[in-house]
Amino acid sequence: MASKRYAQVNRERCVSCGACTHECPRDAIHVWKGCFALVDSDLCVGCGRCQRTCPANCIDMKEREAAV
Amino acid sequence: MNRKKHWYDYLWIWSILYFTLGFFNILFAWLGMIDFLLPMLLAIFGGNKFFCNHLCGRGQLFTVLGKTCKCSRQKPAPGWLSSKWFRYGFLIFFLTMFGNILYQTYLVYGGAASLREVVKLFWTFRVPWDWAYTAGTTADWVAQFSFGFYSLMLTSTLIGLIVMLLYRPRTWCSFCPMGSMTQLICKLKHHNQMPE
Repeated sequence: MASKRYAQVNRERCVSCGACTHECPRDAIHVWKGCFALVDSDLCVGCGRCQRTCPANCIDMKEREAAV
Repeated sequence: MNRKKHWYDYLWIWSILYFTLGFFNILFAWLGMIDFLLPMLLAIFGGNKFFCNHLCGRGQLFTVLGKTCKCSRQKPAPGWLSSKWFRYGFLIFFLTMFGNILYQTYLVYGGAASLREVVKLFWTFRVPWDWAYTAGTTADWVAQFSFGFYSLMLTSTLIGLIVMLLYRPRTWCSFCPMGSMTQLICKLKHHNQMPE
């Protein structure tokens, strides 16, 4: 069952430093070609570790839409 | 997380070693050019930020001190610190200061200025550093560049340590000039293939 929340990166503000990728317990976030961090929302469990470590404070936790 | 450790996970030691070597012999400052050129080459030819993401000794040092040693308040930094105008403004300022180092080196090379054995912190405070160089060891301009470049590296690390203490461990990364420059190169390279 999917978690209630997942991480979402603000691509405009992300500095692609990769700090979040070292925090993620599920390897669900990686830096896409040096441009910004990208979350695999299927893997993300919404723990919020990346959000707390991001130096640009550009990761937010979003509520998943309820499955129909 | 408990992933398999790579050799490059220990590059924070390089960051400390660099300043230690430069303390005893300023000519080691030239080795810092690796940290300038390697990220650029990886961005231009590889189209990635592998340097920032895995090889940056400075970023790792801030993680070790700020996270592992808990020397960080772990508070979110003010938004303007990672805003585009501040990042690119700081990049331009940094490049201008680097240009100034090159100019000073050129003046010493041409004989228009003499070698100054000082490290300048925060582009303002002159700290005598004459023990780290014996006059005549190399050409004066080689030593002049060393003093200038070591000053730049030390100043930026000190700024990084201050924001590490005040905010999150890798706050420096959010406005690091090398990081801004390599991200810009990557964005230009991949602008027409952005994922959904």
